Amino acid sequence: MKVLVPVKRVIDYNVKVRVKADGSGVDLANVKMSMNPFDEIAVEEAIRLKEAGKADEVVAVSIGVKQAQETLRTALAMGADRAILVVAADDVNTDIEPLAVAKILAKIVEEEQPGLVIAGKQAIDNDMNATGQMLSALLGWSQGTFASKLDIDGDHALITREVDGGLQTIKVTMPTIVTVDLRLNEPRYASLPNIMKAKKKPLDEKTAEDYGVDVTPRLEIVKTTEPETRKAGEIVGSVDELVAKLKEAGAV
Amino acid sequence: MQLGLSEEQEMIAATVRRFVEQEIYPHEAEVERTGEVPSELAEQIKKKTLDLGFYACNFPEDVGGAGLSHLEFALVERELGRGSMALTHFFGRPQNILMACEGEQKDRYLFPAVRGERMDALAMTEPGAGSDVRGMKCSARRDGGDWILNGTKHFISGADHADFVIVFVATGEDDTPKGPKKRITTFLVDRGTPGFTLREGYRSVSHRGYKNMVLEFDDCRLPDAQVLGEVDGGFAVMNEWLYATRITVATMCVGRARRAFDYALDYAAQREQFGQKIGKFQGVSFQLADMITEIDAADYLTLAAADRLDKGLPANREIASAKLYASEMLARVTDAAIQVHGGMGLMDDYPLERFWRDARVERIWDGTSEIQRHIISRELLRPLGA
Repeated sequence: MKVLVPVKRVIDYNVKVRVKADGSGVDLANVKMSMNPFDEIAVEEAIRLKEAGKADEVVAVSIGVKQAQETLRTALAMGADRAILVVAADDVNTDIEPLAVAKILAKIVEEEQPGLVIAGKQAIDNDMNATGQMLSALLGWSQGTFASKLDIDGDHALITREVDGGLQTIKVTMPTIVTVDLRLNEPRYASLPNIMKAKKKPLDEKTAEDYGVDVTPRLEIVKTTEPETRKAGEIVGSVDELVAKLKEAGAV
Repeated sequence: MQLGLSEEQEMIAATVRRFVEQEIYPHEAEVERTGEVPSELAEQIKKKTLDLGFYACNFPEDVGGAGLSHLEFALVERELGRGSMALTHFFGRPQNILMACEGEQKDRYLFPAVRGERMDALAMTEPGAGSDVRGMKCSARRDGGDWILNGTKHFISGADHADFVIVFVATGEDDTPKGPKKRITTFLVDRGTPGFTLREGYRSVSHRGYKNMVLEFDDCRLPDAQVLGEVDGGFAVMNEWLYATRITVATMCVGRARRAFDYALDYAAQREQFGQKIGKFQGVSFQLADMITEIDAADYLTLAAADRLDKGLPANREIASAKLYASEMLARVTDAAIQVHGGMGLMDDYPLERFWRDARVERIWDGTSEIQRHIISRELLRPLGA
């Protein structure tokens, strides 16, 4: 079975995000970019399936700017076998919307015929949480979202989902699309031999036009603002004072 | 020199950095407090390093290493330099002097060291022989077909975890026009060899938990098979293999300086005094400007020296310049980082006071700043007859 793993290049989760002065978005100039952490979990899961003998090839795909090549190299260094880069924008500030990404992925699925697509549940930059679901609709495949456990058994898979208030286990028919949550696994570091091998692994470069998909944004961002800053606390001298303050604030 | 790193090189650095951030940083405060590395933690770091194929990455592929170039290895060490040396010690990098092993010595020392089964330590310094290596009193004399070692070594880092030590001792003396000159031989001494004892050394202000040990040799009997390289060939072995270790010091200084700088930059952007971020005051912001300029300069100087080694060019002067500048830069940068933090910088809630203390030894070990200046100036003036 072939596993397809879409990965997105996003602002590194350690970077303190700054909103641009004109409110048009987040400042991405000279900012460290990395693989979306949920996608890293997806890559790890695909590699584990291969190691367990349940998959024989792991193909990573990234859709975005040319620099996403670095993100794909990271996937290759972790252990993916080959990669497909779909250049769909020149400007790092252009975010390709979920529907366009899903349409391109659907075309790639047609070409590659994977038995499974594993994706992050959402990208940490825009938190859309939509691409996997849209891809499922476009292909008419089953889906299991927010996966914290994945068991593949022949023509079906058991997927444990993290839902509000607990865990839900569903059984889906293969081929399927799985979007992964934080607790599915702990992604590995790239090993030194794999880093050295990554450059030699095939990386095909395509464009959005190759797949005949119009990536023009449909959404208009009206405004981006920083979250409200936390207000400073207050140190109180005694329990009585604390109770008085809480009463004052209407908390008790 | 070609400026800029390849994709693989960037990825090597990024991977080691992430490893240090996730596997080393969380344990640093405890190691600093106790001065000890718990053995389970040491084994865990070592195992992860082995699993990732980074253990002994400074060794060539044909002996089981990863065959990194000097430049690539400098990048690994630069990122390791961010973390506590007591802990990064187990991200094993055996002494490359072990490449001098011959015949069955390879099976007993080189290969097990590369596989992480046996750890090594290098013993050169003595109470009476610091910068002046030839002043060493540790000596070995012939007794039948064997050697009898006597003397004391101190400041021996990593010896507490070593299964064997590589020891430099005097095995004779030659008369030269400049006076008597010691002949030196290198020995491999297993832990537990009768006559060899190990004890804890002094408590150092720098790199707590990365202990310096005292080695005592009291009629320690060794067969010829324990000689590394040629008898009386110690200087040749030293020159061939220890030449590059100063790059390690330089590049680790760069890594640690960047970590200290990140704290200072962050603090300057957040701390408010007189109604504004302190980074808005030139008194603070110009310090940051000087810090990053010096860090970048030291980084490029060091990588350029490593690159010369990879190209087979003479690099003695360049390595000395890198070691000198990077270690002195680290002293200035850690000091300035504390200044930016004010009083908070001195509290052990922040790691800055530790970086500042750790920085002090860098200007001393692996050749003091004065020795480096001597090397640099002699390389320049000797050819001119001065």
